[in-house]
Amino acid sequence: MTTPLLAVENVGRRFGGFVALEGVTAAFEPNRVTAIIGPNGAGKSTFFNVLSGVMPPSTGSIRFKGRDITGTPQHRFAHLGIARSYQITNIFPELSVHENVRVAAQALRTRYDIWCNRAAMTELDDKADAALAAVGLAGRRDATAKFLAHGQQRALEIAVALVADPELLLLDEPTAGMGPEETKDMVGLLERLAKDRTILLVEHKMKMILGLSDRILVLHHGRLIADGSPQHIQTDPEVRRVYLGQNDGYA
Amino acid sequence: MTASTSSLPAAARAPRSPWRARLTAWRVPLSILALCLLPWLLPSQALAVNVLIYGLLAVGYNLLFGYTGLLSFGHAAFFGAGAYVTGIAIGQFGLPWFAAMLLGVAFGGALAFLVGLLSIRTRGIYFSMVTLALSQLVYYTALQASSWTGGENGLRGFTVSTINVFGWAIDILDPVKKYYVLMVFAAAALWFVSRVLNSPFGAVIEAVRENETRARACGYDVERTKLLSFTLSGVIGALAGTLFALHLAIVPLDILSIHTSGMVVMMTLLGGAGSFFGPFVGALAFLLMEDVVSLWTSHWQIVVGTVFILFVLFLPKGIWGTALAALAGRGGR
Ligand SMILES: Nc1ncnc2c1ncn2[C@@H]1O[C@H](COP(=O)(O)OP(=O)(O)O)[C@@H](O)[C@H]1O
Ligand SMILES: [Mg+2]
Repeated sequence: MTTPLLAVENVGRRFGGFVALEGVTAAFEPNRVTAIIGPNGAGKSTFFNVLSGVMPPSTGSIRFKGRDITGTPQHRFAHLGIARSYQITNIFPELSVHENVRVAAQALRTRYDIWCNRAAMTELDDKADAALAAVGLAGRRDATAKFLAHGQQRALEIAVALVADPELLLLDEPTAGMGPEETKDMVGLLERLAKDRTILLVEHKMKMILGLSDRILVLHHGRLIADGSPQHIQTDPEVRRVYLGQNDGYA
Repeated sequence: MTASTSSLPAAARAPRSPWRARLTAWRVPLSILALCLLPWLLPSQALAVNVLIYGLLAVGYNLLFGYTGLLSFGHAAFFGAGAYVTGIAIGQFGLPWFAAMLLGVAFGGALAFLVGLLSIRTRGIYFSMVTLALSQLVYYTALQASSWTGGENGLRGFTVSTINVFGWAIDILDPVKKYYVLMVFAAAALWFVSRVLNSPFGAVIEAVRENETRARACGYDVERTKLLSFTLSGVIGALAGTLFALHLAIVPLDILSIHTSGMVVMMTLLGGAGSFFGPFVGALAFLLMEDVVSLWTSHWQIVVGTVFILFVLFLPKGIWGTALAALAGRGGR
């Protein structure tokens, strides 16, 4: 057996007395797409926050490429090779689309250099342009990010994550708030990314998940209640029970 | 996170109009040219030299406030530290003027580093309050240490009348010569600030201003970035303080007071936070208002305060920022 890219062991997170995540154990192989589903408040975003260093887990440990990264500060994660998008669009609103991605690319190269001329670092421009092309935003390169349509802003956020060429990509509801047309574009983008990347994906749109993912984890009240192939999850009685009457799930 | 910073003036994006791009490329020489002409355009030499010194203080402040998005209420401390240390070094230790200036800048920078270290982890209004409290601490320390600082009477007795630059003696009691000597330092500082803004770090501080969470997720240590910006800002403020000391040859205690900290915030906002030359425009507007309004009422602060509030409400980009935006708008069409 190869070492998994990411392995979480008994991970939990509490907020005061409230347990948002408890006893989650799972390992993730490279080049797979894993969907994480569960009703609202199940702890999906909390799980991502723990995996991306936004907050440390209250219990348990996280290993990335065999190395224990539990408690690593958030700003180290991009350098480790873990990048993410947020459930609520999280970009640099006043910067241009190109600058959004360029500054993300710059982080891996230089951070405290107050002396040289950043415009001379043309390879950052190329990287940024390539990432924008990958998400279909090449045409909006010079627009101010806040003036993009919602779907384009979400794509921009993915470009910002992609430009670091992360080994692990965490996408928290990339189609949140999108209409059918925008969702279709995003699904197309995700399909392209899925070919050669390791992705953890939180989503509600079941049809999309079934088409995209190799594996599905189901969270409920902070606990992992199912973990398996899409076929397996569809027939799991526990999952059916949790989603019954909820109906935002299998829609 | 976004909510706390999005109300700040939108600044220094990629200039998307040719006019604006050209202006940005030439901002240092153009700014220096404007400062060269200043004494001949203004009604008095005294006003020009004050615009120069307070404008430079505001330039340093702008790096922190306009570009990094941090509202400090304690910049009087670094300005004052630069002035006091320069004065003390000359008057009590007999240091040559240039060494005294270096010491003042170094001390002010170190103080900024310390204040930054203690304040940077707090956010929003708490950050402002911590910087204010720490600068008040510096004020009371200076008040108490009167054998060094002269306490309430201010620091005196360190007049520099001539300075030697490589064997060339310049009489700086002559106001015009003095102005241009001080301007050389301001020009060097402007060049430095422009360089910082054009550097990779310049992109990082804007990213932090725009969205801390995203900057962190991109791999930037937000706290270290802020601390570096805070320190650089304090260094420029301290340099302005050393110029103040050379100019007046006294350091009044009031320089360290909350009024100075508030004044630099107002100057930066009036001129246009996040614009390169805005702080000088703001300093000029503020000092002109003070001069003119105080002629007919001793309550000039009420008038200046009202104008300030009107600016914040209706002209958030400030005088210079608004002018630039108008120029960019025309150039773009
Ligand atoms: N920073 C936080 N502080 C307190 N409670 C939180 C925090 N983040 C999440 N929670 C709570 O944890 C639970 C799980 O939230 P979340 O992980 O966002 O759920 P999901 O993404 O599955 O909808 C919710 O009840 C939420 O209110
Ligand atoms: Mg969520």
